[in-house]
Amino acid sequence: MADDVKALSAQLAQDPASLVFLRLGELLRQRGQLDAAHRVALGGLERHPHLADAHDLYARVLADKRDYERAFDEWDMALRIAPAHVGALKGLAFLYFKVGDVAQAVSHLEAAQRAAPDDPGIIQAVALVRGGQTSAAASGLGIERVPEPPPAARGAAPLEETRVFAGLEGAQEGLLLLDASGRVLGGALRDPGGRDVSEPVAAYLAGVSQEAARSAKLLGLGTWTGLSAEGRQGHVHLAQPTPEALLLVVRDRSVPMGRLAIIAQRAAQAAQRWLEQQG
Amino acid sequence: MTAAGFGRALDLVTRVRGVRGAMLVSAADGLVVADQLMEGIKGPAVAALAGSLASRLGRAMTAAGVGESVFWHLQGSGGALLVVPAASGILVVAVAEPEVNVGLVRLELLRAAEAVA
Repeated sequence: MADDVKALSAQLAQDPASLVFLRLGELLRQRGQLDAAHRVALGGLERHPHLADAHDLYARVLADKRDYERAFDEWDMALRIAPAHVGALKGLAFLYFKVGDVAQAVSHLEAAQRAAPDDPGIIQAVALVRGGQTSAAASGLGIERVPEPPPAARGAAPLEETRVFAGLEGAQEGLLLLDASGRVLGGALRDPGGRDVSEPVAAYLAGVSQEAARSAKLLGLGTWTGLSAEGRQGHVHLAQPTPEALLLVVRDRSVPMGRLAIIAQRAAQAAQRWLEQQG
Repeated sequence: MTAAGFGRALDLVTRVRGVRGAMLVSAADGLVVADQLMEGIKGPAVAALAGSLASRLGRAMTAAGVGESVFWHLQGSGGALLVVPAASGILVVAVAEPEVNVGLVRLELLRAAEAVA
């Protein structure tokens, strides 16, 4: 297999515009060389941004790295390019399983089955779902090859907090929901050193929504919809899921500000649902 | 820096299409240092709020471990407030239409911040 990697790498070096990066990236991914697979997939995607298979490969690597938000975006993009792309449909089904949205997962699996009726992985996954074995079905799709950490390794966050942003990337380290008084409602925030900084950050942000609203009113900006900020080591985005709550999303600088706004939008929807349930 | 120098720094920002005005604000006390604003924009009030918002945001960002703020952007349904803190303790502030090219305003704010630093 190492020889295969060498041979494919040589082919790619000779012809960087060829599609051999798809085989090389997938091979590296299967071998668990995720950083190398990431580089190959990204390089291929830069050369072939309109190729659905390139987005699918990149999404698989991202899913292996547990960067589910970006994986979702990439599979979503693959489907926009090729609406019946089996890999993207399976990938999105897998992500919907991960967040517990079985109906969406089944819908994507059925679409995948229509596009590839003989795919044994899909047939097996559909059968397992119909039998109620959703987690087995998710693993049967063969998307993620890195095992999940055991529950004990995921931290001891209170149950209510884990539920707010369940299934969203960074739910316990980069997503924070607070009330207007600066009290933490859910999620958690950790600094680059791994320390929980949820409470001090929430306290500093108390009153920000009122000031943002006053500034917007004074300037005739209408209702404020978001506040994004670029820091030297990371980016933050603030949104208001309800008039009484504030949502903070924090990511490192590798996540562009525009993508951060999309992440915040999804997290705000999750927060709105959670707050409604609490109320 | 002279008033003409401040004016040249603000010109960099206000020449961008969709920008309704620009201000230099003292970050410490929220007072206007210089401005070029369209009619109807309440400069002193906006400066005070921008200063306060920058202060809160800066403390929160430092506590979150993302470092000092380089640029921030308040988005509203009818426009935007964009701010770059300069090294000299001055905030370079732009008020813009909703469809403004945010990336371009950011670049010009950074240039203006360098000019006033």
